[in-house]
Amino acid sequence: MAPLTSKAVVRDRIKEKFAALKREGRGGLIVFLTAGFPDRQATLELVPALVAAGADAVELGIPFSDPLAEGPTIQESTFRALQQGITLEDCLEMARVLRPQVPDTPLVLMGYYNPIYQFGLERFAQNCQEAGVDGVIVVDLPQEETGPLAAQCAARGIHIIPLLAPTSTDASIKAAVHTGGGFVYCISLIGVTGARDQVSNRGFELLERVRVHTSLPLAVGFGISTRQHVEQVWRQAQAAVVGSALVRLMLESPRGQLADRASRFVAQLAGRNPPKQGGTAR
Amino acid sequence: MTTTIRPVLPDDRGRFGDYGGKFVPETLMAALAELESAYAQARADAAFQQELAHLLHSYAGRPTALYHARNLSRHCGGAKIYLKREDLAHTGAHKINNALGQALLARRMGKGRIIAETGAGQHGVATATVCAMLGLKCIVYMGAEDVQRQSLNVFRMKLLEAEVIPVESGTRTLKDAINEAIRDWVTNVETTHYLIGSVVGPHPYPMLVRDFQSVIGREARAQLLEAEGRLPNYVVACVGGGSNAIGTFYQFLGDESVKLVGVEAGGEGVETGHHAASLTAGHPGVLHGAMSYLLQDRHGQVMPTHSISAGLDYPGVGPEHSYLKDTGRAQYLAVTDSQALEGFHLLCRTEGIIPALESSHAVYYASQLARTLSPEQIVLVCLSGRGDKDMGIVAQAEGITI
Repeated sequence: MAPLTSKAVVRDRIKEKFAALKREGRGGLIVFLTAGFPDRQATLELVPALVAAGADAVELGIPFSDPLAEGPTIQESTFRALQQGITLEDCLEMARVLRPQVPDTPLVLMGYYNPIYQFGLERFAQNCQEAGVDGVIVVDLPQEETGPLAAQCAARGIHIIPLLAPTSTDASIKAAVHTGGGFVYCISLIGVTGARDQVSNRGFELLERVRVHTSLPLAVGFGISTRQHVEQVWRQAQAAVVGSALVRLMLESPRGQLADRASRFVAQLAGRNPPKQGGTAR
Repeated sequence: MTTTIRPVLPDDRGRFGDYGGKFVPETLMAALAELESAYAQARADAAFQQELAHLLHSYAGRPTALYHARNLSRHCGGAKIYLKREDLAHTGAHKINNALGQALLARRMGKGRIIAETGAGQHGVATATVCAMLGLKCIVYMGAEDVQRQSLNVFRMKLLEAEVIPVESGTRTLKDAINEAIRDWVTNVETTHYLIGSVVGPHPYPMLVRDFQSVIGREARAQLLEAEGRLPNYVVACVGGGSNAIGTFYQFLGDESVKLVGVEAGGEGVETGHHAASLTAGHPGVLHGAMSYLLQDRHGQVMPTHSISAGLDYPGVGPEHSYLKDTGRAQYLAVTDSQALEGFHLLCRTEGIIPALESSHAVYYASQLARTLSPEQIVLVCLSGRGDKDMGIVAQAEGITI
């Protein structure tokens, strides 16, 4: 068990970040990347570079052999990370290394339940706390099944971030925002992850229904691929999540240009001037 | 004959003890609730039950025969072996029982688009068949490797105007076909019913597939009581996802004197790691919506599996089997590819019945078991399917060019 004293110093970086966004009067940009893709070192280089380029929070995807809510892009990055032998333990270790480099940026682990279950729920929550992970999103753990993990995470200040969909009933929205915390991840569409040409209206309808039940900040993800999409989301929610579009760019980039190209893309999404070329490339 | 009061399972959270549940993306939760309530209404609706019973009889050919395999029994020199002839059901396997039930349910829910996964192709064929008859659109996901090794069934599905989508991701077998079917369902959930072929997946699937398959054991129990005036000593069935096994076992769960044995795919031998014996060699985990025994590495990644029979080539198993294993009510063991082939030939030779390779696992074990028993004992085997689809594989395994 972690000593009780450590609980007192746990920061709520997610809360701090959304408070800062509110003060600054702007929307937040959350980026998703598969941990360990294309390799461990790339993740360690990319996260600080993307934060410098304008990412307000980072979701690290835990690779799983059967990513059944992912479209082809994240399936591919997941497969490549697994080929590198990336485990949940590695993901936690990457978070631990990254923590001091991006001290104020929320780090969220996102994945499927089985690797976490096999790792041990208590051990997982403890390790998240020690590594400075702020929240977890478990794709195949709807509110009905969240209890055992929530019990371990709540005591350690790790948020279980609710994932809601346009098909969610009002009852499940209510229950999920009650158990969860940090922010609410609203799925913009009915479907799997993947870049899309336009933002689905279904996501905006969902925001209306979620807002009735919670004061937590709302983030919109799935299919958010361009600066225009991000701006569209910001008009109605506190943050936009970009995953597949970034991962697709990474899949298409030569290893040597990875950090540079990814940073430029994130800067563009964030509406900032792109960082100077060559600065972060190896 | 002793009966004890058993808890009604699954419970209202879809649990069989620690197993089962609903571990799915949030997008699907409303559809699962809708299915659960539609099924509860259908189950209580006499008109639904009548239509299903009528189709099972007039379309699927039920009741299927219970056959006393005298030659096989004599060959083994022990217990009497009875075969429950699911191979005689329309489309050649027990899969039609569930396909009919779920397709009627889908129609009742107003969902005109049906998706299904298939391993050996038997469930795909059963689903395509029922969809053709009921006028429903049918899309079948099938691992690319299975498309190759079960090409005859792929052709059958196409004749029935189903769209067969080969799945190239992951291990290119049943597990990946299920992943892809779930992705389709996540995308088209409002118009589509996912017609799962086994007692796997999130609640309520393990329950409703069991209920639709339990006709097997209900008939067999009555037929055996009529033929012999008593219950079997053993009931034996093969287990991949486990639908024919649960379907056969279910009616006997309360008969404490009846031993239930599930036979898993031992592949090249459980010790080689090339097998699909989830209950024998796996440990509890979550895949495809349910907590159950699972073949996985220590990091929780699902392991590639192997079996000569595509229908058993799956790393998970239905949650109710996990429960029956842990409670000791059923026993599970593994039979290898070569033993299954031995069982296959034995039944061809002694009885003039060509079994599916899946069912051959159960036949082999039953033949071994029978010889350790006395002539007044009875072994009931679920012969879950016929072997026509497996001609290519058997020939290949034995170096024969057809």
